[in-house]
Amino acid sequence: MEIKGQAWKYGDDIDTDVIIPARYLNTSDPAELAKYCLKDLDEDFVTKMNEGDLIVAAKNFGCGSSREHAPLAIKAAGVSCVIAKSFARIFYRNAINIGLPILESVEAAEKIEEGDEIEVDIDSGEINNLSKDEVYQAEPFPEFMQELITAGGLINYVSRKVDSNE
Amino acid sequence: MGMTIAEKILAAHTEKDEVKAGELINAQLDIVLGNDVTTPVAIKEFNKIGLTEVFDKEKVVIVPDHFTPNKDINSANQAKFIREFAEAQELVNYFEIGKMGIEHCLLPEQGLVLPGDVIIGADSHTCTYGALGAFATGVGSTDMAAGMATGEAWFKVPESIKFIYQGELNPWVSGKDLILYTIGDIGVDGALYKAMEFTGEVIENLSMDQRFTMSNMAIEAGGKCGLIAPDQTTIDYVEERAERDYTLYESDADAEYEEVIEYDVSEIEPQVAFPHLPENTKGISEVGEVEIDQAVIGSCTNGRIEDLRIAAEVLEGKQVADNLRLIILPGTQEISKQAMREGLFEIFIDAGAAVSTPTCGPCLGGHMGILAKGERAIATTNRNFVGRMGDPESEVYLSNPAVAAASAIKGKIVSPEEVI
Ligand code: SF4
Repeated sequence: MEIKGQAWKYGDDIDTDVIIPARYLNTSDPAELAKYCLKDLDEDFVTKMNEGDLIVAAKNFGCGSSREHAPLAIKAAGVSCVIAKSFARIFYRNAINIGLPILESVEAAEKIEEGDEIEVDIDSGEINNLSKDEVYQAEPFPEFMQELITAGGLINYVSRKVDSNE
Repeated sequence: MGMTIAEKILAAHTEKDEVKAGELINAQLDIVLGNDVTTPVAIKEFNKIGLTEVFDKEKVVIVPDHFTPNKDINSANQAKFIREFAEAQELVNYFEIGKMGIEHCLLPEQGLVLPGDVIIGADSHTCTYGALGAFATGVGSTDMAAGMATGEAWFKVPESIKFIYQGELNPWVSGKDLILYTIGDIGVDGALYKAMEFTGEVIENLSMDQRFTMSNMAIEAGGKCGLIAPDQTTIDYVEERAERDYTLYESDADAEYEEVIEYDVSEIEPQVAFPHLPENTKGISEVGEVEIDQAVIGSCTNGRIEDLRIAAEVLEGKQVADNLRLIILPGTQEISKQAMREGLFEIFIDAGAAVSTPTCGPCLGGHMGILAKGERAIATTNRNFVGRMGDPESEVYLSNPAVAAASAIKGKIVSPEEVI
């Protein structure tokens, strides 16, 4: 999976209410949700970003509600990866479960600047800042999560388990 | 080495005798919960697995509470979608309008969640049930789908932080103030990925309703759950409700904690969290002049009978300020009935408040009290993020029910002492 694009930078504690405000939660259609991605944080994020771009944020990204609509909206908007100093736990879980690549790296979150061209190798956790010619290393995923990611998310993983039990 | 209550409950739901913080495990689930926002996504994911039936018709609980009674056509379609699923799956615990309540008020009240359970809910405030001594945590819709299919979920066994509350509570200080104060102290990621364990003589003397309020907001500190060891108060609460066995767990004396934090509650006054994070707390004496347009008393944090009684105590014989909207949302139908019996509704309506059927409503900016641009509300809810209750340029201040009621009377944020 190729992850390469421009970085959009945000701060601490970006919550799920600004990622996808509740007034748009009366649908679960990803294409519809994508239109309002980050709406209350950065009004025209969706129009200015390009397919493949990355979100780079500080600590506790995705705090607040359990709405899976948040990672869904980000993924459907075309964001290829979210890098942060840390993630709120439900968001972290949801992102892995639905197959939105995320990486924790304090160094990357600090050094990457808005507009930097970034390339990511999700397997090794290597983050390449092409604009600055720097490389940062993210925390690798525990083995079980690697399995989930390789399976393409939790539902595929469970389907396989269910099939093999039958 | 001993185990924490979180480790003990999780271990009891695996094939192991012992689990340790940091371990990844698969645990059996006692309850899998969803609401009208998260369940539609979960059903679509569930259908992809290719199973025709959920793992247990009694253990999958669905409560349409966020945008119900349906606020618009889209939300009506969502509610219809889950209603049809519940019917087709013959779910025993689907709660229709008229029988429902806000999920985290309803499940304990109905005896569906019990001490020693492992519960996942596709709603972040599922951590509320930690007050009963259950391991309960919020997850997303995909986890809910997998849980409905298999009756299991994967967890990383969390490290625990122990909070000890000692001393004498000041007047008008409640569980809400203790948890707001705690979040103000450790921050909105102060307990990230961790189990919070609330202990000490103050917790032992708290009512069940106030314990729910505390555990409810563990997520606001990033916590995975907010546990309180069950005691006689817990047993008295669940005895009259439980229809199955339950187990009481407590942490071993030599259990390992990542941190132990002690508070002397005699130093804590009623708390107000300023926009736009629950950690922006101030004591009521430091609030200054904050005029408000709306006050909301309700939600899974403070929509229980004790909360309504306190609000009524403050509002009795008084009037809400001119041009201010006070909206009161009892947590469940049972709570409504009880409040009616006790004459609380009459007090509210005489004071000029609007009383609603149970719903999440304005708590998440859904309906029933959305804020316009530039408006300000005080609310007994749990989040004050940007745009949480309406326009991105509106503001939410969080408090306990007594402060919210007093502020509704004065039209600005004040201590209950200023009106009583
Ligand atoms: S009352 Fe508010 S916080 Fe509680 S479940 Fe409903 S929307 Fe969520």
